[in-house]
Amino acid sequence: MDLSYGPEYDAFRADLQAFLSQSWPPHGNEADLDARQQQQHFISKAVAAGYMHRNILAKYGGSEQPADPLREAIIGEEMEASGAPWRLGAQGVGMIVPTLLEVGAEWQREQFVEPTLKGEYVWCQGYSEPGAGSDLASLRSTARLEGDEWVINGHKIWTSDAQDASYMFGMFRTEPEAAKHAGISYLLLKMDQPGIDVRPLRQLTGAVHFNEVFFDNVRTPANWIVGERGQGWQVARVNLKYERNLGGGGHTRRSYHALVDLARRTTRGGRPAVEDPEIRDRLAAIECRVRCIETSRMRSLSAVANREEDKVGLSMLVGKLYQTDTSELIVRLAYDLIGSDGLLAPTDATWGIRSQGRSSDWVDQYLFSLGGAIAAGSSNIQRNIIGERGLGLPRDLRAS
Amino acid sequence: MHFGLTEEQDLLQNTVRDFAASEVPAARLREIFEEGSGYDDSIWRAASEIGVTGLFVPERYGGVDLSLLDLALVFECLGEYAVPGPFLGHSLATLALVTGGSDAQRERWLPGLASGEIIGSFAIAEGDAIWDPEDWALRIEGGVASGAKDFVEHATGAKLFVVGASDGQLALVEADADGVSVTATEGLDRTRSLGRVSFDGAAADVLPGGPAAADAVADAGRILLAADAFGGAWKLIRATVEYTLTRVQYGTPVAQFQGVKHQLANLAAEAEPMRGLIWYAAHAFDHIEKERAHSAAVAKSHITDGAVDIARACVELHGGIGFTWECDVQFWLKRALFDRTWLGSPAWHRRRIANLGGL
Repeated sequence: MDLSYGPEYDAFRADLQAFLSQSWPPHGNEADLDARQQQQHFISKAVAAGYMHRNILAKYGGSEQPADPLREAIIGEEMEASGAPWRLGAQGVGMIVPTLLEVGAEWQREQFVEPTLKGEYVWCQGYSEPGAGSDLASLRSTARLEGDEWVINGHKIWTSDAQDASYMFGMFRTEPEAAKHAGISYLLLKMDQPGIDVRPLRQLTGAVHFNEVFFDNVRTPANWIVGERGQGWQVARVNLKYERNLGGGGHTRRSYHALVDLARRTTRGGRPAVEDPEIRDRLAAIECRVRCIETSRMRSLSAVANREEDKVGLSMLVGKLYQTDTSELIVRLAYDLIGSDGLLAPTDATWGIRSQGRSSDWVDQYLFSLGGAIAAGSSNIQRNIIGERGLGLPRDLRAS
Repeated sequence: MHFGLTEEQDLLQNTVRDFAASEVPAARLREIFEEGSGYDDSIWRAASEIGVTGLFVPERYGGVDLSLLDLALVFECLGEYAVPGPFLGHSLATLALVTGGSDAQRERWLPGLASGEIIGSFAIAEGDAIWDPEDWALRIEGGVASGAKDFVEHATGAKLFVVGASDGQLALVEADADGVSVTATEGLDRTRSLGRVSFDGAAADVLPGGPAAADAVADAGRILLAADAFGGAWKLIRATVEYTLTRVQYGTPVAQFQGVKHQLANLAAEAEPMRGLIWYAAHAFDHIEKERAHSAAVAKSHITDGAVDIARACVELHGGIGFTWECDVQFWLKRALFDRTWLGSPAWHRRRIANLGGL
């Protein structure tokens, strides 16, 4: 065991901290720009300094740095701590960029990657449909080739950022005669065009983050296909391997600290709640789970850095389910701590770290946590995956 | 940065697993469990031969001079195979001498303890299971001990007791000294025997580093119990996976049913994140003293509590057979209950976590 990053990395962290204190928050003329412009300025500086888009070639707008999981982990920690707007839409940088770089045509990389990295292009993802959730390959939205254009019809759902997006990447059925998975192609399309109808979906917290998208003879050029016809399912799987849960841990720790802070500010029987034996017991039990998440994250980081990924397969497999359950314990205790303020309407919050510690913020987080067991692979699907891939249990019986 | 096991540590675990697989096959474990002695001389000797009894002991006293992390990795394997024997009490007695003994005391006792010829035990609980060094009441005055200790591992077979006394003192008392009397207690976990040891003016040799060592040894014990419970929990999950793959109902292995599959997945999702807690706590014991007590309490409370939950679910998943005396699942259920209770309950440790963590 060696828990230190070593002098080389400590120096790297110090340089990064110095860079961040110079670059964020913005000062001088930049302070007057709008949030989006401020973000773009920050990102271009961070790329120039080699702190963002490290694994992407300079010709596509990246900073072309050698792969180094520890440096990437340090960047994640320090960027989060600084509050700088380094996170771009997950759909663009996290999904379409790696997909295009791996299987896209050269012209597609040149046209789409750099503006996406700069935050100029916002993407949304057209995967789920009303009848295709966990069973995604049963999707029914179609694209038909007419001359040099695809003509798209159908209906996508749970589409985050669709109202702001300049482009969508998605899966559409192009080979209606082919078997389920083999009939799907991966297409790109412009969101600002006739025939696209974006309808917001209000979630039970009251906030609006995702949408339904309806397609009525929507058009996209024939060469805006990624990969070959009928290979959309394989293309969509490309970015799965980029999903490494190395950033986790920090968020749960911050939630736990906010919870402890709440326990200090609220009372039970006229005393601070944090002095109540039952509250202390529940806090300590949660602390143990937070430590499990943090040490699991350390294991993953170490395994990637030392090329021992095979040793953390199961740990990574159970991560999402465990994190979901732990987040629920945190908000359940918070909801108990706010007492009758639990009758208040939730704060109308946005994504990300939203809480200012008000009771209505905790009501929002309490309700928001219900989505954790549903989004990005539901908890029951996680259990199937853990059972099948982690424990070698048989696949479900399926209706054919 | 490396938060993982070395090749040597993988090899150590493989060595212990090989020993356990050959010395403690299921049939032999069943025999020992039925006898209820919690001890087997040939197993103890075989364990000594691969260095388990002297793992933490410096080389000049005949030991292997490894770390607590290594010892915890060994205990994970002992838990996996439910290896019968007083490994816990012996390791803690040894650890007390290594960390709190004088040169003369170490010289006198460590070689025999390391080789396994002398079996040591750690006698600390009093009355209603008082596990905290602050609460020990046994008196040592004028070089003799008066009082009694309960739930002492292998009390009837140990040759040397490390005894916890008032003010967190530790003292050595030989089992055959005048004034020592031992009675066996019928314990729940039949792979580890317990007894009561009474001291009526028995000669006691106080360890000079006692009070500091007492806290450290208790923390070490908590980490080792957590490791034992963790190894047992994974053993049970794997055994239950095997069982559900072979048990057929409605014309198919019951593992095919989501009710069963998801229950097993939940157990795996609870168990695997525990691994880092053991590593971290053991590493803190070895290298980060200010985090030692807190991380040991986290590992002990979370893992031994969770291991009992896992064992209960594994009994359930075995159906009617799981509820019978014939079914081996009970070995690990009872071992988990021992691990949960010895050295303090999860709830008691959560109180300590809250206090130590500044809540």
